Amino acid sequence: MTDKMKPVDVVVVGSGVVGSIMAMELVSAGLKVLCLERGRMIDPQQDFVMPYVHDELKYDRHSDIFQNLSRETLTFRNNASQTALPMRELGSFKPGEMVGGTGAHWGCNARRFLPHDFELRSRVDERYGKRFFPEDCTSQDWGVSFDEVEPYYDQFEHIYGVGGKAGNLNGEIQPGGNPHEGPRSREYPNPPTRRTPQGEIFARAVTELGYTPFQGPAAAMTRDYTNLYKVMLGECQRGGFCSSHVCSQGAKANPLTAVLPALYRKDNFELRPLCNVIKVNTDSTGKKATGVTYIDARGREVEQPAELVVLATYCFNNTRLLLLSGIGTPYDPHSGRGVVGRNYSYQTGGRVHVFFDDREFNPFIGGGMVNTSIDDLNGDVIDRSDLGFVGGAYVAVQAFGSTPIKNKPVPAGTPRWGAQWKKAVAHYYRRSFAISIHGSCQSYRQNYLDLDPTYKDANGLPLLRMTFDWHENEKKMLAFMYERVTEIARAMKPAKYAAHQIYKNYTIVPYQSTHNMGGAVMGADPATSVVNKYLQSWDVPNLFVVGGSAFPHNAAQGPTETIGMLACWAADGIKENYLKRPGPLV
Amino acid sequence: MAETAVPYAYGYLSPQEVRFLDAAVERLIPTDELGPGARDAGVSCYIDRQLCGMWGTHGRNYRSGPWREGTPEQGFQSRLTPQEIYRIGIQEINRYCRGKYDKYFEFLSPAQQDEVLHGLEQGAVDLVSLSGKLFFTLLWRNTEEGFFADPMYGGNRDKIGWKLLGFPGVASGAYREHLGNPEVYRAEPVSILDIRLGHAQVDAQGFAKHVRIIERDGSKQ
Repeated sequence: MTDKMKPVDVVVVGSGVVGSIMAMELVSAGLKVLCLERGRMIDPQQDFVMPYVHDELKYDRHSDIFQNLSRETLTFRNNASQTALPMRELGSFKPGEMVGGTGAHWGCNARRFLPHDFELRSRVDERYGKRFFPEDCTSQDWGVSFDEVEPYYDQFEHIYGVGGKAGNLNGEIQPGGNPHEGPRSREYPNPPTRRTPQGEIFARAVTELGYTPFQGPAAAMTRDYTNLYKVMLGECQRGGFCSSHVCSQGAKANPLTAVLPALYRKDNFELRPLCNVIKVNTDSTGKKATGVTYIDARGREVEQPAELVVLATYCFNNTRLLLLSGIGTPYDPHSGRGVVGRNYSYQTGGRVHVFFDDREFNPFIGGGMVNTSIDDLNGDVIDRSDLGFVGGAYVAVQAFGSTPIKNKPVPAGTPRWGAQWKKAVAHYYRRSFAISIHGSCQSYRQNYLDLDPTYKDANGLPLLRMTFDWHENEKKMLAFMYERVTEIARAMKPAKYAAHQIYKNYTIVPYQSTHNMGGAVMGADPATSVVNKYLQSWDVPNLFVVGGSAFPHNAAQGPTETIGMLACWAADGIKENYLKRPGPLV
Repeated sequence: MAETAVPYAYGYLSPQEVRFLDAAVERLIPTDELGPGARDAGVSCYIDRQLCGMWGTHGRNYRSGPWREGTPEQGFQSRLTPQEIYRIGIQEINRYCRGKYDKYFEFLSPAQQDEVLHGLEQGAVDLVSLSGKLFFTLLWRNTEEGFFADPMYGGNRDKIGWKLLGFPGVASGAYREHLGNPEVYRAEPVSILDIRLGHAQVDAQGFAKHVRIIERDGSKQ
């Protein structure tokens, strides 16, 4: 028995970074918007209060703001010859499950992708020849250029109050910023973060080596700020407990602090939490979405009719909902045909720790992505002809607020436990820091998402299955980055330094990054993309699928800023083009 | 000496299990000239409280079959919950110790205890119902948590773990101004428990008012 609700103009599935912005923009255009969220309602001023938010165990290990796997998880295998098994506990990544989504606990890293990233395939082909990409690599152009989306990056930065220093203003290189960034139309809305003593050591070392350090942009407020939606955000206190946590001060821009307060003031907006969408419904032609079906908190199956459907969930659920709804052709890795689930990618990373015997730091002071970075090893800055890999990384020293359960680096050769280990953590907790590598990840024919044949969620629906492993290209890229970063470490003259080992196989266990991308990618060709350049489904024109799922491959910079930009861009496409002439925009 | 290191009414663990854990965690993080180890920090108490809660039964984990061992890359695939892993694991390790040393684990010499722990960690000591590695991994994870998590969870008594590192606990409102300052910031750590019990003061925004420790010995600066 399905209950049927009153129709709305737009149903937005998910209340995270994308859902909140899409809802805000469409509500402002006068549409009646309903947002459905699987997680619970959040009142940040009640749910995240001092001192309880300064709790590493709760938020990092046993958090109830991350996805509850007892109801839904995914299955994983390294390659198609294995049997995928369920991810039974959270490890490698932490999708959120609450109003505000995954963005509520993000780390505030707010970098734009480079112009190079949007046209990676054409630019690499052009510069290095068509055989430079690995044969099995399926990374492709996005169908939009940086210049087209630049105003929407700017818009997102003025919603999320990003603090930084421009490195390229309308083509003019600016001192103090990232000289390799794409030309921006104006300065950041807020000033950059201050530099820490650790950042200063890094800046001196990289300058010696010929690189250009800058304070990387961040979305924790560097001063009190009233954003584009007239919401006020307070200046960050640098008290740590930031990434994986929700800020008690409202200093971290996220859906809860930067967008939802403005939405709650709108009469034509409704948010329904604890509603888990299980299907996008289509009419008998399969070419028109009629709304969605969800299961509410009481377990009732509810049909919600809508003129326009926006899927704005995490990468995995956008893809899974398309597969469960039978919209678009599922990807087949054998033939290479089909699109839904194609081009799943992730994020590469690494760290070199430096240890000093004669210096102490204050590693617990930080948060809000205070960082000093270089972008000289990213994009197409260095000639890759002889390096033999596609992609790059930014390198940074961050002050994230080192918490004691998980941030106690020790020099190589230290026993894993016991008296020697205890002496080493006591000595080095305050005398070390990490230089981190944050790298791109290409998409490959054999890395993809589909529905699992065996395992089901709490509703009896098939779980999503991830087939993913690291590729030689990324290992080569990381090996190169480790060499460069080890040079940087040496230039700092520490007592010791230790590089983490390079990947063998991808593993679902230790935390790595909540940057899962692709599965419903954007592009210019329906044979290789799920959505067109406006994030509109090629198959169902009144369905927009927006988010990390749309990335044809992942760049080095961290995806959130680009996800937010895509929300602004897609919303504008709907307002300026689709509403005037409903139908395919391309 | 009391039966267990820390006076506390255990909710899940039996007295024998607590004695096992007190002995084991004390080897993982021993008492030494730097200060008390995991036993006196109340790590067994921390583990007990975790086992009593949602985590103890893997309440947020996916727990449907079929259950297969899988590859290491596929992560945790045991059908046992943490409650069961501790109960069965301790019983079987004690059986192993009685077979090899004719003693329960708690009565072994420190060197013998280390030998058993290394054996579990490296897979040389295999148990009947679960892998020794699985048991060790869980024990070490919980030991680190119990030693360094907020004392409100029953471990890190007297903020032993935080004092060892120089971690001040709940942040101070003074951090922002100190961000770029190379001067070493030392303070008596403040826990959520301290604030809750009225043992520490907070400012208007809820940040801890730290009592700074001034270094007498200038060479440390």
